[in-house]
Formats: sequence, structure tokens, C-alpha cells
Amino acid sequence: MEKDLLEKIYRRMLLIRLAEECLIGPILSGEVKTPCHLYTGQEASAVGICAALSPQDIVFSNHRGHGHYLAKGGDVEKMLAEIYTKESGCCRGRGGSMHLMARECGFYGSAPIIAQTVAMATGAALANSIKNNGQIAVTFFGDGAVGEGIIYESLNFAALKKLPVIFVCENNLYSTHLPITECRPDVPLYEIAKPFGIAAAQVDGNDVLKVYDAASVAVENCRAGLGPYFIECLTYRMRGHVGPDDNIQGQHTDIRPDDEVEAWRKKDPIAKFENYLAESKIFEKNDLEKIKQETAAVVEKAKEFAVSGPRPDINDVKKYVFES
Amino acid sequence: MFSNPRQDNKLKFGLAINEALHQLMESDPSVFVIGQGVKSPWYVGNTCNGLIQKFGEARVIDTPISENAMSGVASGAAMNGMKPVMNYPRLDFMYYALDAIMNGAANWRYMAGGNANVPAVFWGIINRGGEQAAQHAQAIQAIFAHAPGLKVVMPSNPYDAKGLLVAAVRDPDPVVYLDDRWLYGQECVVPQNLYEVPIGKGKKVRDGKDITIVAISYMVPEAIKAASQLAKEGINAEIIDPRTIKPLDIDLILSSVQKTKRLVVAEGAWQSFGVSSEISQLVYTQLFNHLSAPIEKVCLPDCPAPASRSLEAGYYPKSEQIVAAVKKTLRGKI
Repeated sequence: MEKDLLEKIYRRMLLIRLAEECLIGPILSGEVKTPCHLYTGQEASAVGICAALSPQDIVFSNHRGHGHYLAKGGDVEKMLAEIYTKESGCCRGRGGSMHLMARECGFYGSAPIIAQTVAMATGAALANSIKNNGQIAVTFFGDGAVGEGIIYESLNFAALKKLPVIFVCENNLYSTHLPITECRPDVPLYEIAKPFGIAAAQVDGNDVLKVYDAASVAVENCRAGLGPYFIECLTYRMRGHVGPDDNIQGQHTDIRPDDEVEAWRKKDPIAKFENYLAESKIFEKNDLEKIKQETAAVVEKAKEFAVSGPRPDINDVKKYVFES
Repeated sequence: MFSNPRQDNKLKFGLAINEALHQLMESDPSVFVIGQGVKSPWYVGNTCNGLIQKFGEARVIDTPISENAMSGVASGAAMNGMKPVMNYPRLDFMYYALDAIMNGAANWRYMAGGNANVPAVFWGIINRGGEQAAQHAQAIQAIFAHAPGLKVVMPSNPYDAKGLLVAAVRDPDPVVYLDDRWLYGQECVVPQNLYEVPIGKGKKVRDGKDITIVAISYMVPEAIKAASQLAKEGINAEIIDPRTIKPLDIDLILSSVQKTKRLVVAEGAWQSFGVSSEISQLVYTQLFNHLSAPIEKVCLPDCPAPASRSLEAGYYPKSEQIVAAVKKTLRGKI
């Protein structure tokens, strides 16, 4: 892989991590109220997939969408401003954390109604197919989403019409607070694509290069007109389902075993990628440190932008229901 | 431009829709039709005649029975530059699509702070009677109209059926287009050109001075019958067809009621919490001191549609019930 791309991937992963982590204090203090489903720990999945896409390709996302938005190239200042529910946010403070939008770079939206955007991405792919423009659509969803019937309806239709859509399931082992093993029979998750004849792969979702390789195959498959592709990224969230640590009203609701959390902490996708970059001598430690400092400065500036912006005016509450 | 053959410039309801679809698809390559049965007259009557032959399977997409995903697919395609007309040949199956329509499409522009839109048409056909019972019968315009981000139109005749479909497809926001199979026998003059009936504009169907009847969808022809009957008895009824449920042309209704001082609302939907209730409330609020009698509603009773013909006959209101309601509001005057 070219050095430029490796650097871009590293910068994006860091940007996601630092942007998410800069929210911890403001969430705990109540300054940020909008429910934040933090992406910390899953960065390799979004960045690996999006690095294989072109700017025109379309991405739809779910409630845990900050990482997808940034990975596709969304503006971090507008994202943080949205999370601070400011008029200067990417959705003018109407959407909050769970509704991000950056159409200018192909990020067509996120929504917390589980699997809702899976069908939308399939529809965006249908539009690409009718327009015959060679572009593809990607939908990110979690392991819990495979409980929703709309996924199977969408897989069926996408396979039937050979649509250029990539279904990316980020399996972080928990459907909100319920282990995925308590939600479905013990069958590899990516096999849900099999009955529809959809090509599917399971990858280490904490290894950004492996995700990128799988995504590249999927993208090629779609661009060649061979139909949809399904990728399951095995990963883990290092924060709560929502908020930093799932301490809801004083109750510690994170039921994940400490040793499990610890084992995954050792598989941190950013640390893993840093090791690869250093060991393969592509970057010096100093280079990586410099990139970290630069990214931290970008996030710091973005946070200032978010904090300093105005909130929307109550007189505008009914604006944007319709075009006019 | 495509036009269906007509006699005396008249077309029936289904062919008026068919002509609109042909002309829209001819004039705009982003328009496409999608839904269960769009290939089959068994589902969609003559509304989709000739489309697949002319525009091919890429733009006339018959689908598996997956209303939820297909409605999301239509929305996603609309977000990506297309203008889908999503058909539900039997409205009762739209309950499966409520998430995609009300929770997805309806909210999308707002959630994006105006930075996205979903210009899709969700076209449901109300199909009832004939002992089809509760799940082959429903008219749920009130549910759709309740969602802030949806527009809802209900044509009552072929002219409006064509013009409202054109306006709905061209609208930048999601529009729910609901028609009633019982209207498919209606015939009237339909211009051959591609014209719009503006969304949000009602129509005075009959001029009168004694009573205003606001009638929706299949109740419009019933109201016209009722007005003829009433005329024989010296009662001169004015009929308003809102055509659009939301945004409602309340000004047209108010100006009529201001004149007649009496109102009957006729809607082939359940009595409670419906469009008829909303119209009544708006009129009470604006014209409380002008009304000479309480507003009457002619609706379906608050029970599911029955199968048996003996029950069906009393379940669906017709012109006789409108006549009775009008006389009730005029009690003491005539």
C-alpha cells in the first residue's frame, strides 16, 4: 500500500478516536446531552471500509455513526457542533449525535432506528444502478440489527437486482446490553447473506488493513456488476452502549466481563496499526507522534468551533419540515 | 407526448393516472415506478399499462412482498437523485411501511437541518367492500397526515388524479397519494397535456348557500348525489373537495362556512381522531361565533370493516347519510 494512503488511514482513525474522547468530559458534565454512542475501539472498521471507496460512493450509517461520518470525510468541526446541538452543526442542531449528514462527501445520513438505513442504502444503490454511474452504496449496521426483518428484505432485493451495495455488519458482540449469543442461534453472523447467494466475508474488524482488503474486494465486486457484498467486522466498543461507561442514573449497566473488556483493550485497532507502521519502518515514531499532535490540534480547534457557536433560535423551530 | 385515447375528451380514473405516469417518465428520466404488482393489472388495474414496454424493467420495478424495505429503498433512491413512485396496490399493507414513510422519509429533511430531502411518492390504493373484511379495507390518511413531514393528497376524480400525481412527483418532499378503487369508475374531462393540480389547493365543487359539505375522496361523488337530492327539497348545498389533506386548504373551507354557517364533513374513514375531527376543530376555532348549528360528521363507525354484506351495507356511509346529516344541522330552519 502507498505511504500516502497509510497516512490517510492513520489520520482518520486518530481523528475519530480523539474526537470521540474529547466528548467524554462534556458528556459527564452534562454540557453534551444528545445521546452519544461512541465509536472508540471500532475505528478500523469505518476507516478500512471507507478508504476503499471513492468520494462519490454513498454511505449510510446508524446510531453509532460519528466514526462513519468522519471516515467518509465529514467535517469534524460541523460534527462536533452538531453534537453540541449548535446552528453551526452539520444538521443545524436539529439532528444531534444520531443524525449526521455530509452529502458533499457522500455521507447520506445516520439514524438510530435499527436497520432503517439498510434499505435506504439499498435504494441509493438502486438509483446508481438505474443511472448506471458505477457508484456504490454502503450501509453500516451492528450485530443487533440482524434481528430486524428489513435486513433480510433488503438482502433479498439487493441480490435479486444485483445492486452495488455493501452490507457492513460491525459485530461488537452486544445488542445494546444483551450479548448477541442471547439474540440469535450460534451461527456465524455473516452467513445470513448466504441464503441469498450474496458473497460474504468475516474479518478482524480491529485490523484496518484486513478490513481495507475485504472492502477492496467488495468494491471491485460491486463495480463489476456482480451484485452486493456482505462484510462482518469483528470488533468491540471500548465505551458504553451510549455515553462513556453506561453509568445510567448511578447504575452500572455495562454487564460485559472485565476480562473480556481487558482482552479487547489489548487489541486496540489504533495501537495495532501504529505498531505495524513503526515495525515495517514506513514511518518513524517521530512521524507518528507529529501526526498525533496535528490531529489533536484539529480536534481542539473543532471543539472550540462547536463550543463557541450559537444554538438554533426557537423562532426557527418549524423550519426545514418541508422545502417551503 | 403520450396520451390515452378518449371520447369527448374524457378519461376514466385509472387511465388518467396511467397517462400521468407515462408523461412524467417521458419528461423526466429520474422518475420510476416501483411496487408489488406494477407489472400486473391484477394488482394495479390499468394504471401501469404500457409502462414496462416503453421504459423497461429498470424503471418499472415489480418487487417482492417487502413493503418495509421497498419503501426504504424508494426513499434511498429519492435521496440519491431519483423520483420514485412507490405503489401499494392495497393500502392495508402500508402498515408494514410506516417506519420507512413516517419515521424515515417524513423526518429526514428536518433531522438534516434542511440538508437533505426525500422526493418520493407513496401511492396507496384504498380497496374495500365486496366482503373483504378488516384488512382489505382501510383508509388511514389521518395517520399519515399526523406526521409533520408528510404531504397527503386524495383525488376524487380523474382530472385531479392526474394533476395531483404530477404535482406529487415534482414535489421536493415526500407525498402520500391515496386513491380509492371505488373512484375508478369515475370519468371526466382530462387535458392531454402534462398539468399540475397544486398541492394544498382545494376546490369548490358546487356552489350553495345553505350548508357546506366538505367531502373527501369517494365521499365527493356521494356528496354531489346528496346535493341533488337536497336541491329537490329546496336546500342549496355547497361542496368543497379539499383534494389535499395536508397542507389543508382551510381558507377555502372557512370562507364557505362563513357564508353558509353550517358544516357537514364527510370522510370514508373512522369517526374518531380523524381528518374530519381536525377540520371540525379548525372551523370551531376560527368561526365559533358564526356557526348556526353544531358541525356534523359523516364517517365510518369506530369498528373494523366487517365482511358480511349485511354489515357492510350499513358500515360505509353514502349519500343518504350525508342528506340526513345536512338535515340535522338545518333542524329548526326548514
